[in-house]
Amino acid sequence: MLKQLTVFVENRQGALVDITDILAKNGVNIRALSIADTKDFGILRLIVNDNEVAQKTLSEAGYLLKMTDVVGVKIGDAPGKLSGALAVLDKNSINMEYLYAFMTRTEKHAYVVLRVEDNAAAEAALEAAGYHLITDDDVAHL
Amino acid sequence: MAKNYYQKEIETMPVEELKKLQSEKLVKQVRHVYENVPYYRDLMDKKGVTPDDIKGIEDLHKLPFLTKSDLRDAYPYGLLAKPLKDCVRIQSTSGTTGRRVVAFYTQHDIDLWEDCCARAIVAAGGTNEDVCQVAYGYGLFTGGPGLNGGSHKVGCLTLPMSSGNTERQIQFMTDLQATILCCTPSYAAYVGESLKEQGCTPDQIPLKAGIFGAEPWTEEMRRGIEKTLGIKAYDIYGLTETSGPGVAFECEEQTGMHINEDHFLAEIIDPDTGEVLPEGSKGELVFTSLDKEAFPLLRYRTRDICVLSRKPCSCGRTHIKMSKPMGRSDDMLIIRGVNVFPSQIEAVLLKEGYEPNYQIVVDRKNNSDTFDVMVEMNPEMFTDTVSGVSAQEKKLAEAMKTMLGINPAVHLVAPKSITRSEGKAVRVVDKRKLHD
Repeated sequence: MLKQLTVFVENRQGALVDITDILAKNGVNIRALSIADTKDFGILRLIVNDNEVAQKTLSEAGYLLKMTDVVGVKIGDAPGKLSGALAVLDKNSINMEYLYAFMTRTEKHAYVVLRVEDNAAAEAALEAAGYHLITDDDVAHL
Repeated sequence: MAKNYYQKEIETMPVEELKKLQSEKLVKQVRHVYENVPYYRDLMDKKGVTPDDIKGIEDLHKLPFLTKSDLRDAYPYGLLAKPLKDCVRIQSTSGTTGRRVVAFYTQHDIDLWEDCCARAIVAAGGTNEDVCQVAYGYGLFTGGPGLNGGSHKVGCLTLPMSSGNTERQIQFMTDLQATILCCTPSYAAYVGESLKEQGCTPDQIPLKAGIFGAEPWTEEMRRGIEKTLGIKAYDIYGLTETSGPGVAFECEEQTGMHINEDHFLAEIIDPDTGEVLPEGSKGELVFTSLDKEAFPLLRYRTRDICVLSRKPCSCGRTHIKMSKPMGRSDDMLIIRGVNVFPSQIEAVLLKEGYEPNYQIVVDRKNNSDTFDVMVEMNPEMFTDTVSGVSAQEKKLAEAMKTMLGINPAVHLVAPKSITRSEGKAVRVVDKRKLHD
């Protein structure tokens, strides 16, 4: 199980600068991020190395946030690896809301963050198919 | 141009005679109310006024005021002055839970209301040769039924279109050669723009006049509508409480609306002290009905701020003129012709589980009102998906539409992000420049 920090971001100039600045000042390292936006607002999703500090400092600064359970999965860094993982979910009829991916400097791997309807089912299906799941602890030490 | 009146004798009656008529009618109206409306009798008793104290219009100031909250308290029958068997109709404000006003009419009341509308149509140049397209809403709203009745009385061919369905409006307008259009000014502007888009020039549009009301509009907007439609645009004023549209109407001079003073006695008061102000002062408009049977209201405070003037008018009408309302003495907004109270938005938010932190932003784009409501997100309802947040916005917008009758655009914003001045949130930002 992986925890994602979800932040409500107003559509105004400088909003993202402010958030990333707060994280930087508190020594929080962002591993991955994705932002979904509409005309009015954005939803920033973050995978960070220290959820506790990130959550505390952002809520103190008045941000509306929420911890969301997501599925983190390690895949090979080669063509076809992502579609292979997604095919597992598809075969098991697991609906997906969104996903984003990231890589690291040290390992020859990519990581995919999945937000699905049923986390437990997705994790079981991926593990059964031989995938390695990542946890908050893994992220903290990448 | 020959001067046309629907009821010449009354409309051009010398002022002294008119005042005498008003005094006679007032004495009777007060007695009728005192004898038949316990609610108002109590108010008079508390003030120590009896019908005997009212000998003419000079005694009007002795009577207690009625406000919208009295109407609410007395809902539905508390101010009814006739048995229901004598009533033939109700109309109701566009308003909503808690603020609804239901007005009752006998056939006599319908007739006098329709006479008022007929005067407005004739003042706009209407005759029995005209084709009058009524594009106000029909139903509980007074706009459609009032102008419809007035149009019948004048003998116009009446097109009872009701509001909306612009394509059909334009088709009937062109096919049946409508010469007079009655609707809200913003809808008139919209129809004008639609015709223009279809390549219609003003001289191809059969209309010659428009009677527009039920919402505030500016001189600038008037000139715009007149130009696009190739018509003369006349203002009309009224409120459900007193009967509906036609309480006052414009003549060709377009310098204020003649109040139908043989039916409605007008005063301007200081909204804070209730003191009657002299002619020409700016203040709150108060109406007293003079010959209504079912729903007579004495000294009803409209909350509209305006000025009265008895300067002689070139049209020959002697009835006093009121300016366009210049504002409100309460927090009511009129958006797309619908009365909106901020408290209604608050009620919806509380019901839907939100803190009542919101801001209403009203603007006017292309002569049509925009209506946006910013609502502070409830942290417990925050989700990580766009569809989740959008669904909440949609749910709130639907709940507000049910409450208000018009559709707002709801925008969820971050908690504590709504501007507060001196610790108090600014609930309404009205960017429309409606008053000169």
